[in-house]
Amino acid sequence: MADIAYEGGALSATETVDRAKVLRRLRLGDSAFRHITRVAAISVLIILSGIILSLVYGAWPAMQTFGISFLFDESWNPVTERFGAIAPIYGTVLTSLIAMLIAVPIGLFIALFLTELCPMWLRRPIGVAIELLAGIPSIIYGIWGLFVFAPFLQQHVQPFLIDLFGPIPILNNLFAGPPYGIGILTAGLILAIMVLPFITSISRDVFEAVPPVLKEAAYGLGCTTWEVARYVVLPYTRVGVIGGVMLGLGRALGETMAVTFVIGNAHRISGSILAPGTTISATIANEFTEAVGDIYTSSLIMLGLILFCITFIVLAFARLMLMRLNARVGA
Amino acid sequence: MKHWTAFAAAGFIAAAAYLPANAADISGAGATFPYPIYAKWADTYKKETGIGLNYQSIGSGGGIKQIQNKTVTFGATDAPLKGADLEKWGLAQFPAVMGGIVPVVNLEGIKPGELTLDGPTLAKIFLGEIKTWNDAAIQKLNPSAKLPNQAIAIVHRSDGSGTTFNFVYYLSEISPDFKSKVGVNTSVQWPAGIGAKGNEGVANNVAITRGAIGYVEYAYALQNKLTHTKMINKAGKTVEPTMEAFQAAAANADWKSQPGYGVILANQPGDMSWPMTAATWILVYKTPVDAAATASALKFFDWAYRNGGKMAEELHYVPMPASVVKDIESYWQNEVKDANGKPVFAAM
Repeated sequence: MADIAYEGGALSATETVDRAKVLRRLRLGDSAFRHITRVAAISVLIILSGIILSLVYGAWPAMQTFGISFLFDESWNPVTERFGAIAPIYGTVLTSLIAMLIAVPIGLFIALFLTELCPMWLRRPIGVAIELLAGIPSIIYGIWGLFVFAPFLQQHVQPFLIDLFGPIPILNNLFAGPPYGIGILTAGLILAIMVLPFITSISRDVFEAVPPVLKEAAYGLGCTTWEVARYVVLPYTRVGVIGGVMLGLGRALGETMAVTFVIGNAHRISGSILAPGTTISATIANEFTEAVGDIYTSSLIMLGLILFCITFIVLAFARLMLMRLNARVGA
Repeated sequence: MKHWTAFAAAGFIAAAAYLPANAADISGAGATFPYPIYAKWADTYKKETGIGLNYQSIGSGGGIKQIQNKTVTFGATDAPLKGADLEKWGLAQFPAVMGGIVPVVNLEGIKPGELTLDGPTLAKIFLGEIKTWNDAAIQKLNPSAKLPNQAIAIVHRSDGSGTTFNFVYYLSEISPDFKSKVGVNTSVQWPAGIGAKGNEGVANNVAITRGAIGYVEYAYALQNKLTHTKMINKAGKTVEPTMEAFQAAAANADWKSQPGYGVILANQPGDMSWPMTAATWILVYKTPVDAAATASALKFFDWAYRNGGKMAEELHYVPMPASVVKDIESYWQNEVKDANGKPVFAAM
């Protein structure tokens, strides 16, 4: 349609009219496009605020009953209808922390190896393997975690950890028995495996986008590979890397099925990371169907709202960190 | 191309022909514990009558909610509603089938039925007060067993369930300490141990965790070849969990003592009685909006009482005794009526 406007050599009266018409039509098309995209964007806001509103509405009875003490109460007692969120919050944060402590360095190392050091013929198999890891449904991780990983941990790894840290103060509390096989640590390890592909594949993509001339220049100055990675690649790609890490963290915080299988689902805070615990999403998944009574159901919805807030805080924190990084570098 | 249109048309007509038949299906939701037997009954019933059963095993709590919202014709629950609640919602309640709950353990060198426990000891274990397997209390009940110096790993349900309800009901009957510290509900705050989802979750966790103890429906203990324990019952006799022991507990129960047959079969008297026997109940409206649908549901359960006993036993459930069934049938006639006050279903 557009080429009609540019067709025709001499400007006759009718052609001018045609041209105006066509231009108007183009403008109309453009504004329609603008409106459609705007509606699509606004729908996200509507859905989001709808979810927040319904969460607040559902959580209202629990808020009124328990108030702010809901956040700090460790009890979760359906018999006396006394509920508190601190145990699931603790489990959620701690498992995600363990997962990130393991997955971030390993993910970055894999990505650096793939982009900087890996021989060409090996790149593809490792890359495909990582993407396949991302495609495994979480229930499979859960079942594998319960039947294969947890017994292995119980019989081999956990007794070793308990013995190893037994004589060391503080650490012996962190690794106190008995070895159940499942618990906070197992959940953290499974989560680490689950978020690894996210961090790796996003980091790899952004590392590949580093202009070769920058790296060549650094090598030309006599930098080692480590120095190139540390002072050229990572600073250049920090926004993308942090984005990948946040995506992984988001998945770790909200992961339900795999965690439910291996965390032990106990509403307790224990100093030991070998002990069973629970997370917010695991609690909701376990108990929502059988929750009888308004306060019980409402407390579970309240947990959902808290998870929402935690995710929001994490995202806001990531933004803040990026802003400060950018300000410091002056980029 | 033509073929496809023909196929599509045929498919549409088939679907259209199928749908009305589907609409007459009985709809129900609730307890997971009786789901296998309901599914088996439904399958046979469909073959005989053409009427299917659409049962969502979403748990007792969900079943109660769904019948209260009138989204299903009947609700199913493992924890009976109290008389006041039945009254409040205008519901009728009757037991459908029974089963047994057994403690299962994972101990090296101990075979099924080799370990004996009693109520107080079991309560102390689940309170986390008895921490190792060679504790004097367990050793005293099993003088000849070689019990290891191993930590007891407690496995309980993480989801709300009728199994938990019946189990903690029994422990609370036996131990006042357990009653005050934990109490009775479909889910409770356990002082110790790890939680697993569903009977199969507990069974799997006990199977893979050395030194574990858990509680499951009898059928799950058999299917997963778990090591069940013997129990000392109210009469002081040591009993094995068998069909006869569950039936003995049911036979000794006084069904009429509670509204809606809400008798919990824990800790029943009798030399033979297994102490952790449990029934599961059906809820229907006393004056249903759709009388025909409720009649169809009652007809299904009446058929199941009469013809489903053998199937139930095959799946390790305990059918309701004939005397109780007779009573339930007259209860239907007296209680479940349509808008004109006529019974919706009369047993033949």
